[in-house]
Amino acid sequence: MDTILVGTRKGLFTLRGGEIARVSFLGAPVTAVLARNGALHAAVGHGHFGAKLHRSRDQGETWEEVAAPKWPEKPADADERSPTSGAPWPWSLDQIWVLEADPRGPDALWCGTIPGGLFHSADGGGSWRLVRSLWDRPERKQWFGGGYDFPGIHSICVDAREPQRVLAGVSCGGAWLTEDGGETWSVASRGMTAEYMPPEKRGDPVIQDPHRIVRCAGAPEVFWAQHHNGIFRSGDGARSWKEVKAKPSSFGFAVAVHPRDPDTAWFVPAVKDELRVPVEGALVVTRTRDGGKSFETLRTGLPQRHAYHLIYRHGLEVAPDGQTLAMGSTTGSFWLSRDAGESWKALSRDLPPVYCVRFAR
Amino acid sequence: MPRVTFTANLRRLVDCPSADVPGGTVGEALAAVFARSPTLRGYIVDDQGALRRHVVVFVGGEAVRDRVRLSDAVAPDAEIAVMQALSGG
Repeated sequence: MDTILVGTRKGLFTLRGGEIARVSFLGAPVTAVLARNGALHAAVGHGHFGAKLHRSRDQGETWEEVAAPKWPEKPADADERSPTSGAPWPWSLDQIWVLEADPRGPDALWCGTIPGGLFHSADGGGSWRLVRSLWDRPERKQWFGGGYDFPGIHSICVDAREPQRVLAGVSCGGAWLTEDGGETWSVASRGMTAEYMPPEKRGDPVIQDPHRIVRCAGAPEVFWAQHHNGIFRSGDGARSWKEVKAKPSSFGFAVAVHPRDPDTAWFVPAVKDELRVPVEGALVVTRTRDGGKSFETLRTGLPQRHAYHLIYRHGLEVAPDGQTLAMGSTTGSFWLSRDAGESWKALSRDLPPVYCVRFAR
Repeated sequence: MPRVTFTANLRRLVDCPSADVPGGTVGEALAAVFARSPTLRGYIVDDQGALRRHVVVFVGGEAVRDRVRLSDAVAPDAEIAVMQALSGG
């Protein structure tokens, strides 16, 4: 029986057997969730009182607050300003955006935040360490926020076979790759293009806005990115990226890749940057099964008239079976597919806006 | 000693009963509170120790001026109220 964690603007909803089995943190934004080794982790954004991290060891029945990622003291001479707003970079947690397991330790975790910090915990969130090797890259000062005041790390793609190889996706700061567990980093977004920049900066890998990047577990050299300006694929470990085009649109936020077949990926298109709703009011999922040469448009079971759902970057997830997909929308609907996206069933239309969806076992 | 009280909205999230604590400034009084309950710290100040943007601290009914270093003086019998700005929907 699937257990699915759905983080929303007003709480965490746990679905089992297609029903809402549990409600946690009702009223509080839940911005990231992770199930791992029998523990659940939930990032709760308390707004006025800051972002917190909670952990459950009994499948969500009870939660304990654990440490949230925290910045070290900001040096007095740090002169860092947003290149767009001119505001000084805060050395302080605003939002926890993504949590991922680090297979090198049973309780090891990665965390990506706004502002754009990558953190590591060796003890399941008991304590956190800012990965200074990425934070201290001079290029970080060129990153800028897309939709938020400051940039953030929303994607952490670990190579399950060689877990010292990790890619971090940044809006708007491109993609960054380490092959030594975070000691050193190199930019990994060459080939992406940014129409929102002046012509001479469009190819700059450091200012790209990948909305979400995923990695094929069974073929870790293959990545897919849903970028602000389209869909990109890398088949060479993120050393280069190539754009692919989808109908009815290549704009969106979410992407999921099949866990074993690197040529199969799913997207949820919206019209375009300036109009973030489904094309012609019909919600569809697009799927490629040939590495992006062609896309199918899947709509069975999804609303096809006056449907104005947007699927956020963490709102689409594929299960390890490669057949079961879960999807939650800004309008509070939640769907499940058991046939690789061919057909969908709405399990709820009444949730708060959905931020993130994760399968738990 | 100054008395520190907390908004009900915060008491809902984290254990923070009113406390009589030593301190000649807002920062000293809050530091004494945080020493008793370390978890509370992150709810009131950011990672650099400044008041969170949407947290307001009143001393005797006046909002404190120094939100970064928390250097506003407090009298021995001061009432320090930790409140929040109202926003959202």
